[in-house]
Amino acid sequence: MVTNAPTAAAAQPTPARRPARRPPGRLLWAAARTPRGAIGLGLASIIVLVAVVGPFVAPHPSDALVTLTFGKPSAHFPLGGDFLGRDVLSRVLDGGWVLLIMAACATVIGIAGGAAAGVSAAYLRGISDGIIMRAVDVILSFPQLVFALLLLSLLGPKLWLITLAVGVSHAPQVARVLRSATLDLSERDFIKAAELQGMRPAKVMRKEILPNLVSPLMVEAGLRLTYSIVIIAGLAFLGFGQPPPAPNWGTMINENRVGLPLNPWAVIVPALLIAVLTIGTNTFTDAFARVAIGVDRRPQEAVLIDNLAQESGQ
Amino acid sequence: MSEIGGGAASTGVRLKVTGLEVRLGRSGPDVVRDVSFAVPAGEVLGLVGESGSGKTTVALALLGHTRRGLRITAGQVMLDGIDLLALSPRDLRAARGARVSYVPQDPSSALNPTLRVGTQVREVLRIHGGAEDRTAEVLREVSLDPTPEMLRRYPHQLSGGQQQRIALAMAFACRPSLIVLDEPTTGLDVSTQRHVLETIRGLCRSHGVAAVYVSHDLAVVSGLVSEVAVMYAGRVVEIGSAGRLFGEPVHPYTRGLIAAVPSSERAEVLTGIDGQQPRPGRRGGGCSFAARCGYAIDSCATQVPEPVTVAGRSVRCLRASDIPATRLDRLPVAAGLSAGAAPVLAVRGITASYGGTPALSGVSLEVPPRTCVAVVGESGSGKTTLARCVAGLHTNWTGEISFQGTPLAHGARQRDKDVLRRVQYIFQNPYTSLNPRKTVGQIIDQQLEQLTRLSRRDRSARAADVLGDVSLAADVLSSYPDQLSGGERQRVAIARALAVEPELLICDEVTSALDVSVQAVIVELLRQIQAERHLALVFITHNLALVRSIAQSAVVLRQGTVAESGLVEQVLEHPADPYTQRLMRDVPKLRQSEAEEPPAGSRWGSAI
Repeated sequence: MVTNAPTAAAAQPTPARRPARRPPGRLLWAAARTPRGAIGLGLASIIVLVAVVGPFVAPHPSDALVTLTFGKPSAHFPLGGDFLGRDVLSRVLDGGWVLLIMAACATVIGIAGGAAAGVSAAYLRGISDGIIMRAVDVILSFPQLVFALLLLSLLGPKLWLITLAVGVSHAPQVARVLRSATLDLSERDFIKAAELQGMRPAKVMRKEILPNLVSPLMVEAGLRLTYSIVIIAGLAFLGFGQPPPAPNWGTMINENRVGLPLNPWAVIVPALLIAVLTIGTNTFTDAFARVAIGVDRRPQEAVLIDNLAQESGQ
Repeated sequence: MSEIGGGAASTGVRLKVTGLEVRLGRSGPDVVRDVSFAVPAGEVLGLVGESGSGKTTVALALLGHTRRGLRITAGQVMLDGIDLLALSPRDLRAARGARVSYVPQDPSSALNPTLRVGTQVREVLRIHGGAEDRTAEVLREVSLDPTPEMLRRYPHQLSGGQQQRIALAMAFACRPSLIVLDEPTTGLDVSTQRHVLETIRGLCRSHGVAAVYVSHDLAVVSGLVSEVAVMYAGRVVEIGSAGRLFGEPVHPYTRGLIAAVPSSERAEVLTGIDGQQPRPGRRGGGCSFAARCGYAIDSCATQVPEPVTVAGRSVRCLRASDIPATRLDRLPVAAGLSAGAAPVLAVRGITASYGGTPALSGVSLEVPPRTCVAVVGESGSGKTTLARCVAGLHTNWTGEISFQGTPLAHGARQRDKDVLRRVQYIFQNPYTSLNPRKTVGQIIDQQLEQLTRLSRRDRSARAADVLGDVSLAADVLSSYPDQLSGGERQRVAIARALAVEPELLICDEVTSALDVSVQAVIVELLRQIQAERHLALVFITHNLALVRSIAQSAVVLRQGTVAESGLVEQVLEHPADPYTQRLMRDVPKLRQSEAEEPPAGSRWGSAI
């Protein structure tokens, strides 16, 4: 329990100022400490670790024909061989980082584009709102994968184009979410106060609105990252990815599925890695969203309990 | 009437609360402790205090309910001899609505928006075994005409006053023994409020219902209740008959609260209570009020005061017998008006609308230099629209607004920075007018960066200065708005406006989101600043009583037109317009003596 000194300290009119604490760092940390968040972060970190460290520890070059076609796992080749007799373990270790970089870039593109569109549509209202949101509706009317395939078949399968296509296909969803959040914010008096200072609209959006959108932005980022991974891996499975000799988890599933009865590991392991990665990022995002909502809409009592816990811990 | 607590004859007492205690969690700090009182049949007990004093927690506990995270850990709520807190959940549920009922603060959120009001009233009667054909009777009791059209309406088709009457009708429908009212008239206009209060008092008297009325508005409570309990930091610090307690308060906190209530009859300096109520868990070993108390002695910090009986009421104060129970004297405000000078602000015939709805038509007013002009009116009278037009936040208006002789552009975006700097606007709600992601220092600095050409060093010096001017400590600069209390936030908002040395300050209901004690501090602060800096001030308010303490002249708005304007004394003392006369009659006044006690059924009971 909190011990109350008999002096007036406990009844101090102004409570001791807490040290500066602000999202996103604090919220991320709080999310990571929940069981859900810890599991999500753990799963995602394992896969990221495999993808990043993998290329340096792979026992064989990923394009060397070192074993038998669909060779069974052995001491030398723990996951067996693929359809050309290459080492599956080496290809798994080598085949993740491009996927991860592409997914991250696509997410950044989607979030940046979507945020810019959504925030300005909501804050500027009028014609800008109409034009931006109708454009969003048009893009939304295509399924994401179809939209990406359309762009690729028009312009040819290039990695940057795949990344861009996936990013652009994310933007509309992000724009919608941020538009509604901004609509709510625009009516707050502190935005009006900034307008009364003669602040230009671009600056109002950047300085007053954006900092208040950190929580929805983080949630969207996590969600879009999950989708990016799935779509980019899916495109690779369909043949839109790195050209053949290069290893890629998505491509590996496609290449090796004919040998499923002979060496299932060549399909199962890359599929498992993709699955665990998406489950991990999604779970962590979910934990973050719960924490963020909790912080924003907590009943007064819960805040009190927290403060007390914090104080007694000191 | 003058006995304390349960002193009335035992047959008359319907509700008796003893030693009520509510804690955070199972063994956390207490939110409410040692609360005891009794209410006889037909009487109303007022439960008053600042926000956070635990009055709503007590009110809910009377229904055996707590908000999430809280738990009733001790005490009894005896209603007609049965302890509500000892009932099984099933029996308790049956008792609620039938024997105990509750009227919440906001009727629009308490009524189901998708059901017709007739259906909702019938539902209450059906669930608690009443006859459904009593619907009409129940509505007539609250002065609503039970026509079929009325019953078929949805809550949003009713006015706020009608919604609250429906809520009252539902609460009284099953003839409960106890009714708990949680600030049911907050948000209603004074005239509607008066009618609702009359209805409540009349119903309690005629049906012998015991009522507990929770409110932060002392004036409202003083006109309604026979007995008052003043709560502070979760305890009842003073309880006694309303006339004595309001007329001759003893506890320093009660004295502070009463000194903070503005009077519509006299122009007086308001004194607020500085500082903040300690939160649960930080209430210390002694008297919780000691830190804010002018009478505090050393032992106040270590010894918890037990209730003592002084001058016909029970007081929780170690010095209760030293403090004389006297009427409080307040200093009159020195009135001064500079006449003849060219007006700082002149509004001529402005007409404004929202979409197609007209909000103002042909409103004119002038603000002379060094003068505070109050703009008063009920909700919907257009007073905030007027302020927003002047500030440039509302652009859809015609007419002329000139500032220092130059016409103002419609929107803030078309005005140059110098005009924006010289006309400053303070918002109603300090909880939304400060960006939650910025520190106070950043908030003030941004204002200076946008509107002045000061260097970075000069800006931070100015920010520190101006915080001093609104009596905030320098360490506030590095805190975020959510670390500050409502009063502190409003001071920051005032500091932000003052930082750029404005010539005209527009205050839009700046105290309506604050406690009475804080309101007094803020109004007094504004009054001093206005006098020291020779500012012109437009003070928008719905509170007629407040006008007296700050303004020299007043403009009364009614449905978008000026009903009356002139010097404050003239407008408030000799109102010429029937609308102003009605407002003045209906504004709740603090009843400060036993003699003013309203006799049963005469002044208030006429509604039924």
